Amino acid sequence: MNRIDSTFAALKTAKKTALIPFITAGDPALDSTLPTMHALAQAGADVIELGVPFSDPMADGPVIQRSSERALAKGMTLRKVLGIVRDFRSTNQTTPVVLMGYANPIEAIGQAKFVDAAEAAGVDGVLVVDYPPEEADEFSALLQGKGLAPIFLLAPTSTPERIAHVARLARGYVYYVSLRGVTGAGHLDVDDVQQKVAAIKAAVPVPVGVGFGIRDGATAKRIGAFADAVVIGSALVQAMVDDTPNAAQRAGGFLSTVRTAMDC
Amino acid sequence: MNPYDLPDSHGHFGPYGGTFVAETLIAALEDLKAQYAKYQHDAAFKAEFEHELKYFVGRPSPVYHARRWSELLGGAQIYFKREDLNHTGAHKINNCIGQALLAKRLGKPRVIAETGAGQHGVATATIAARYGLECVVYMGSEDVKRQAQNVYRMKLLGASVVPVESGSKTLKDALNEALRDWVTNVDNTFYIIGTVAGPHPYPMMVRDFQSVIGNECIAQMPEVAGRQPDAVIACVGGGSNAMGIFYPYIPYDKTRLIGVEAAGEGIATGKHSASLTQGVPGVLHGNRTYLLQDEDGQIIETHSVSAGLDYPGVGPEHAYLKDSHRAEYVSITDDEALKAFHDCCRIEGIIPALESSHAIAHATRIAPSMAKDQILLVNLSGRGDKDMHTVAQRSGLEWK
Repeated sequence: MNRIDSTFAALKTAKKTALIPFITAGDPALDSTLPTMHALAQAGADVIELGVPFSDPMADGPVIQRSSERALAKGMTLRKVLGIVRDFRSTNQTTPVVLMGYANPIEAIGQAKFVDAAEAAGVDGVLVVDYPPEEADEFSALLQGKGLAPIFLLAPTSTPERIAHVARLARGYVYYVSLRGVTGAGHLDVDDVQQKVAAIKAAVPVPVGVGFGIRDGATAKRIGAFADAVVIGSALVQAMVDDTPNAAQRAGGFLSTVRTAMDC
Repeated sequence: MNPYDLPDSHGHFGPYGGTFVAETLIAALEDLKAQYAKYQHDAAFKAEFEHELKYFVGRPSPVYHARRWSELLGGAQIYFKREDLNHTGAHKINNCIGQALLAKRLGKPRVIAETGAGQHGVATATIAARYGLECVVYMGSEDVKRQAQNVYRMKLLGASVVPVESGSKTLKDALNEALRDWVTNVDNTFYIIGTVAGPHPYPMMVRDFQSVIGNECIAQMPEVAGRQPDAVIACVGGGSNAMGIFYPYIPYDKTRLIGVEAAGEGIATGKHSASLTQGVPGVLHGNRTYLLQDEDGQIIETHSVSAGLDYPGVGPEHAYLKDSHRAEYVSITDDEALKAFHDCCRIEGIIPALESSHAIAHATRIAPSMAKDQILLVNLSGRGDKDMHTVAQRSGLEWK
């Protein structure tokens, strides 16, 4: 069983909502990512989304854009990200790791070669922002062939037909983008999100996570009341860069407060 | 070659093109695709488009025989398609009118655009003013500095110009920022992309609107030159002026199609924008195409003396035409383009855009080795008024 599936199965038994932190690999420092992943796992992360920085992150807001720029300036690459996952797996065999990023760094390696390397490194799922389902048939098949989960986004504007398409391809979980905008944007209409998540849950056989615009424990708790998973990215990335020398510690601290808020 | 019927219904030109965007943009693209399919063949829409091209842009633009220069070179006869004579000074306005008419029909009161040199921004601001639409133009902050006069023109026309500070602060980053705006304001906003790139249906739609250029040439050449040309030559950045003139010529097997990319300071220096001749396929800005990128798949910074060619990707249809050998692609350096620019000014009394000067340079490079009854048709895609400062700086001419 894929680590993502077993994690969600265990959470379901425990009647808990998954907490999924997102960090950009290589930011704020090349060597901060591995200790941060361990700190996040320690602080209650159920899945870790590891951002693969790209020069043109068109779906991301300013916080993740800057984070990607810093990581690239320090020399982060997709191959190095895989190296970090391999190192993480040498001491942690339980926390699922999902790579999130854009298509081109994967295409530069080659889809099949990348999938082999990701599996070997211990990656559990891959979310490629600019591979919507209509462009993802081959890549999804490659991932599934190695037991990795292709993870897809769904948006407020996704039609029932598209949700059905994603339902056929998706493994692991789907990631519902909770607002019209880029990562880290504006304010959430929680009631609206709740309605949409209910409709998606009815149509999709895998757990439904919610992200984009969740900044704190209070919002995470409200969203977590009806979603299977809550994703926190920009707020966490910002907290880490605000305290760069202690990024890992800061990330762990930030996540524990969210975890505590969600669980109380 | 087989009857040409691309892209397919998913926007693919062979392995290129497609819809490589985040889910958040899909609904807007589906809507645009449906609306374009509806209006593409709508008689009233076509009539309004043609009316605007005639009375607002001043079409048809003439095909002009560069007789003196052809004689001096002693080979093929060179003809210019005079897109420089269009209102706003370049071919960009053709496409902007088409898309703005769609925006009106879709009831979108706000249009956004990306721009590099500012030509597409100016064209968008122009048509937005004419149709009473709110207009926001994203422009890399580096380009804002380099193209101050066009920024001022856009402001005169009532547009807001937003300097983009992310990434390399140039055209590609302006495109990213425009996409982000669109995702956020998709309900009231139409994104007018300026070139034959981006997600489906943009490459097809922009090509269709620009193909007025080639269609006019097909009608004009027999009258002006006695027959269709042996080769059509156009500069390629994103590739909209080239697709506009190439597309109607695709079935004309005897006419070579030659795209000219910017070799910048020279291919060997790495400082160029020659995506087709030097890049490798990848995914950027919603489509799969040739890209200038490093071995890790990061998009690299490009260089050209002409800001309009300074783009690391290229329209996916050009990628397809290259692989299928229907079109051939070459490159011209900054210095070669500047020489052609000056020669064109002095010999023909026409000040061409630096972008178009790349196409002209290639024509003058191959003309001497061709027979005197052979014909080269160059798309003179824009006028050079916007380039005065750049040329003065580069050539050491007194500006004042």
